[in-house]
Amino acid sequence: KGIIANTPKRLRDLIREIRAAKTAAEERAVHHLNSNHTKKRHHPPSRCRNVAKLLLYIHMLGYPAHFGQMECLKLVASPKFSDKRIGYLGAMLLLDERAEVHLLVTNSVKNDMNHSTQYIVSLALSTLGSICSPEMSRDLAGEVQALIKSNNAYLRKKAALCALRIIQKIPDIMEMYIPCARSLLNEKNHGVLLTAVCLISQMCQLSPETLNHFRRLVPNLVRILKNLIMSGFSQDHDVNGVSDPFLQVKILQLLRILGHQDSAASEQMNDILAQVATNTETSKNVGHSILYEIVLTIMGIESESGLRVLAVNILGRFLLNTDKNIRYVALSTLQRVVQADYNAVQRHRTTIVDCLRDTDASIKRRAMELCFSLINGQNIRGMAKEMLSFLADCGSEFKADCCSNLAIAAERYAPNKRWHVDTLLKLLAAAGNHARDDVVVAAVQLISEQSAYQAYAVHQLFYYASQDFSQQPMVLLACWCIGEYGGGLFSDCCADGLETYSAKSPEEVLGLLEQALLSSQSRQSTKHVAVTAVMKLSTRLPHQEQQLLDSIRHLAAYHCTSSQLELQQRSVEFSAIFRHHENIRAALLEPMPVMEGRAESGRDLPAGSGAAAVASGDSAEVGDEVAAAAAAAAVAATFESLINFDDSSTGGVPNATIGLPNAATNSSSMLATNNSNSVAGPLIDVFGDLGVSEPAPVSEASALPALPPIASAGIAGLQLSLAGSRQQSNNVDLIIRAVNLGDTNMTNFLLQAAVPKSLQLSMMPASGDCLPPAGGSVTQKAVVTNPNGVSALCGLKAWSGLKGLG
Amino acid sequence: AMIKAILIFNNHGKPRLTKFYVHYAEDLQQQIIRETFQLVSKRDDNVCNFLEGGTLIGGQDYRLIYRHYATLYFVFCVDSSESELGILDLIQVFVETLDKSFENVCELDLIFHVDKVHSILNELVMGGMVLETNMSEILSRFEEQQKLEKSEAGFSTAPARAVSAVKDMNLPQKIKDMKMPDMPHFSSLYQ
Repeated sequence: KGIIANTPKRLRDLIREIRAAKTAAEERAVHHLNSNHTKKRHHPPSRCRNVAKLLLYIHMLGYPAHFGQMECLKLVASPKFSDKRIGYLGAMLLLDERAEVHLLVTNSVKNDMNHSTQYIVSLALSTLGSICSPEMSRDLAGEVQALIKSNNAYLRKKAALCALRIIQKIPDIMEMYIPCARSLLNEKNHGVLLTAVCLISQMCQLSPETLNHFRRLVPNLVRILKNLIMSGFSQDHDVNGVSDPFLQVKILQLLRILGHQDSAASEQMNDILAQVATNTETSKNVGHSILYEIVLTIMGIESESGLRVLAVNILGRFLLNTDKNIRYVALSTLQRVVQADYNAVQRHRTTIVDCLRDTDASIKRRAMELCFSLINGQNIRGMAKEMLSFLADCGSEFKADCCSNLAIAAERYAPNKRWHVDTLLKLLAAAGNHARDDVVVAAVQLISEQSAYQAYAVHQLFYYASQDFSQQPMVLLACWCIGEYGGGLFSDCCADGLETYSAKSPEEVLGLLEQALLSSQSRQSTKHVAVTAVMKLSTRLPHQEQQLLDSIRHLAAYHCTSSQLELQQRSVEFSAIFRHHENIRAALLEPMPVMEGRAESGRDLPAGSGAAAVASGDSAEVGDEVAAAAAAAAVAATFESLINFDDSSTGGVPNATIGLPNAATNSSSMLATNNSNSVAGPLIDVFGDLGVSEPAPVSEASALPALPPIASAGIAGLQLSLAGSRQQSNNVDLIIRAVNLGDTNMTNFLLQAAVPKSLQLSMMPASGDCLPPAGGSVTQKAVVTNPNGVSALCGLKAWSGLKGLG
Repeated sequence: AMIKAILIFNNHGKPRLTKFYVHYAEDLQQQIIRETFQLVSKRDDNVCNFLEGGTLIGGQDYRLIYRHYATLYFVFCVDSSESELGILDLIQVFVETLDKSFENVCELDLIFHVDKVHSILNELVMGGMVLETNMSEILSRFEEQQKLEKSEAGFSTAPARAVSAVKDMNLPQKIKDMKMPDMPHFSSLYQ
């Protein structure tokens, strides 16, 4: 073959040396030597070309070759075609249009565009098309325009593309090319036609007025297209029996641009589109590229519905094709049109579902997304079954998305609640550790709402969790539900008269929770939930046997020395409840009310119930908790998020339950404003004597009626009293006085107050933070502003004994 | 709709042709080549030939359309408005043209004649847009330019070429390799 013999020696040797280099370091050394050598010598013209070729090779492998730019320029200036060829090639690759040096080639290009040899002109055009900078373009725009009108088809073709690049760089000189572009459409030469169509397409995309101007050409384009498909066998451009598929595709693209959002133009295209669609031979790939383009065009213009159905059917046929590329483009196009042509796409649902079983990951992903778009109330049962079996088998990169999407779909279209619960549970079982937290949250929400199915759900969860402990989201859900609704486990459950689940013994249940607490497979969040669940279970047991209670105490205390702060804290607090607060344990751990709907994509799980004390259920991520004000225990709470105001009128320990925070916003969630004058409980209406809507004209400060002191619920012996004076109509000064009537020293005392959002509150520094026993006190002043004159509430919280926690 | 880059590299990631139609700094070009190779070489042979582009070439908006022939990957990096199936056809035309012009093109051809490959490519794609898709047209133009070059070289280079050719013949090795015909046995004469 003589490859080697035809390559000039120097280049050949260099290439051989480079290829022989065994390591990258050797290779670099060879390059270094050679580039030094190349730089130093002054090369006679005959060797210039070889040097340039060498430079190209070096450059491609990634070594700097800037020193070669001048060589290239020298070559370009030479009169010989061979020199120019290499020179321009080097210029295209090595010259940077952002550097000054490229301008040096402008003069040569300009001269060469007027050269008598067509191939030299073509070199100049190619170069301009590649490294076309705005300055060069302005200089040479006129030459290019002249060449578009040349009588040499080869040059016309290149000039047209050159013009395209020029108008990309300088859109404002587009006008000068419009007339010649238009006349190019009358060409017979396919190459010129192709570039002309490209040029016109680019012009239309750049300027709406030009677009309007060229709309008049739609009939011409239609005619060209018709000639292409009817003209039988044009051997030159035939590709596998299809006449110039590239030109057909480009024309279809231009038609799409012209017909977009214009019904008149679109109407002129309807016939030809249908014709090409039905006439195109699809046994080879080229036919498919044309059909694909037709589908895109039909979807992109204002076509009649019959045509759109035809397009979707073409895509449906694509889905059955054995070639993966074709299935892929079909799926991505269907995804784009599914909203607009929902019913047409639905007809192909079975085929799309089959694509879920494809081996190619990108096809599977597109099929999955499309399936989710197609789920509706009628097909939810079947589709859910398909998606669940997909979820069980698919790769891990799909599981999280599939799980979350299926949960959303189930929520939207569930035919009945039992089905919904079942599906969510199966979903979690199939998704394993890839399930996202929002699915777990949704499950909790659902179970808490469906009291009829709580026992059933708990039994199922117990079963799943015992089967496979490694699936943490499922286990977490199970632990939480066992804690909350565990009572249901201790009796038989017959769901809807179908299956019966036998009762579990308390030992079994505690065994599962013990496993959750101790296993190394458990995540931290699981352990948190498990500890709380164990505690809750202490009140849900069918019989309060001492032995069981002892086991529970033991489990609860297990992590008292854990190095994980959260876990240790819970363990310690719960142990403390057993030790010191046995009397209120039952009240603390009462069942929670039904959760209110989540605000947005609720990432929160509810806080537990309790008075000012709190048990806690957690979300896996953000654990918002309200503090347990156990006697000596420290308290950690996010104050803003969970203050509840319940207008219970009982004093003492209100049975307040704490509602869901709006997790999306970090606001204090306030319930109703209370217009009453009652001062029972921890609620004080500081503006109570005003009445709601009258802004009473008050000019001087007046004192509010003195309010009776309140005993704090949580901290034994602490008494809070409020005194207030109204400064202006909308401002109240509150003096809060905390008195320690007990006999323990209270240190690190902290008072916080909260008001509804419509009010503003500012707290002055407290007088101190230490309350000695038997009468020690601290006062703190707060200013409350009520701009809207609404009746308002104020909540107070006190802490003592903080161990440096927030 | 345009082609951003055309890359050819072998199974080990060594570039054999690189043409960028959008300007990138040189080190960025090399990074793009490496990243493209990593993306493309991971693909199984029976999956579809389209990929989302890597992070360097604009991420979501760009697609890689590639074909794998024996030891070479032909990768066209295009923007999202190009037709994927059409580009696959274009790759086919490019490869067939190379094949016809080099007579069963192989990797060595690309290595030693990278300038010629560029010339052919310049007849196919210009400035990122498709220029000509008719194979015979491309070939005939290319061959005419080859002829023009040869005619310019004239007689002056003939001796130099001859000398190179002789040096390359490696005569000593050829002598060693020469197969001598079998000599007749003389023993039969002494019977």
